[in-house]
Amino acid sequence: MLARLLLGLLLMVSAAAAIAAELPQLPKARGEACIDSPATMRRDHPDMLKHQRDDTLRLGIRGAKASLKECVSCHSTQAADGHAVPVNDPGQFCQSCHAYAAVKPDCFECHATTPKAPMKEAAR
Amino acid sequence: MTDLSRRQVILASGAILIATPAAARQAGQPATSSQRWGLLIDTAKCGAECTICVDACKAEMGLGGHDRPRTDAQYIRKVNVRDPASGAAHSVPVMCQHCAKPACVDVCPTGASMKRADGIVLVDRHICIGCRYCMMACPYKARSFAHEEQTGQQPHLPRGKGTVEGCTLCVHRIDEGKMPACVEACASRAKGAMLFGDLNDQSSEIAQRVAREATTRIRADLGLEPAVRYQGI
Ligand code: SF4
Repeated sequence: MLARLLLGLLLMVSAAAAIAAELPQLPKARGEACIDSPATMRRDHPDMLKHQRDDTLRLGIRGAKASLKECVSCHSTQAADGHAVPVNDPGQFCQSCHAYAAVKPDCFECHATTPKAPMKEAAR
Repeated sequence: MTDLSRRQVILASGAILIATPAAARQAGQPATSSQRWGLLIDTAKCGAECTICVDACKAEMGLGGHDRPRTDAQYIRKVNVRDPASGAAHSVPVMCQHCAKPACVDVCPTGASMKRADGIVLVDRHICIGCRYCMMACPYKARSFAHEEQTGQQPHLPRGKGTVEGCTLCVHRIDEGKMPACVEACASRAKGAMLFGDLNDQSSEIAQRVAREATTRIRADLGLEPAVRYQGI
């Protein structure tokens, strides 16, 4: 009886340990604080972004609290050589969590994955 | 100091600017139909070889090509026209004409092609299905289709495979109170052939010149009422 209990406990602990070991490792954000608590952001960020995208594009309302552009500029990292690493590269902020949750967002098929690149003026 | 809007500062300074910048809306305010953004293009000042506006647009919008001019995205192009009878030649920059009655909006089955309250015609790529009806309907050949997966987009201009795109009149700049990139580049690096402004504002230079001088709209016979006007053709 005790042995069984112990075994069960051991299994539970090891399962928890396995999950903990696999939790995504996210690079640290640049900014001070996000627009809401981590729990809210994890749960609601798709709705937040979906809400404001129509307002911005169709009505021209700018400066909303939630903004994909801001997500990218705060959560993107820089490689050693100074160039910006796309947020959807493996191990990066967006991708590591989406890979863990097995969700493939299509935002980044169109939206920039790095902050604004310096404009290269073709004709000067 | 009290917070003055950009417009109030400009008015108070009594400055008359060559090209009036737009009044930036307050953050959180929607575009309104009290404004109607437009362009006046003086073809006499537009050189046949000059592509400064086109290059500025490509840089601003992050439009990389695949060296396939027939299908690569272009929001503005130079059209060289010549009257066979007289030999008179003109070079005309043509972009989305931001029609008051846009044919693309009429035919779009999803509502992706849309006109903002201030007259700027856009494609909502969130709902565009890439059917390209709008490209067929547009008499100005102003829209492009993204055939390939896109990378290196600018944060202010998302663009992706399988959707239609076109000149946005640099809506991201207008909303900040700036001029479109092509207009700015033409003014600073060429002869300033383009004038941008609010056609509804009777005190704006563009509205006054349109009221005073002879201007034309290309394919005016179609009755789409473009916001882009030309002089000298
Ligand atoms: S391609 Fe997109 S924007 Fe054009 S008509 Fe079809 S759905 Fe509408």
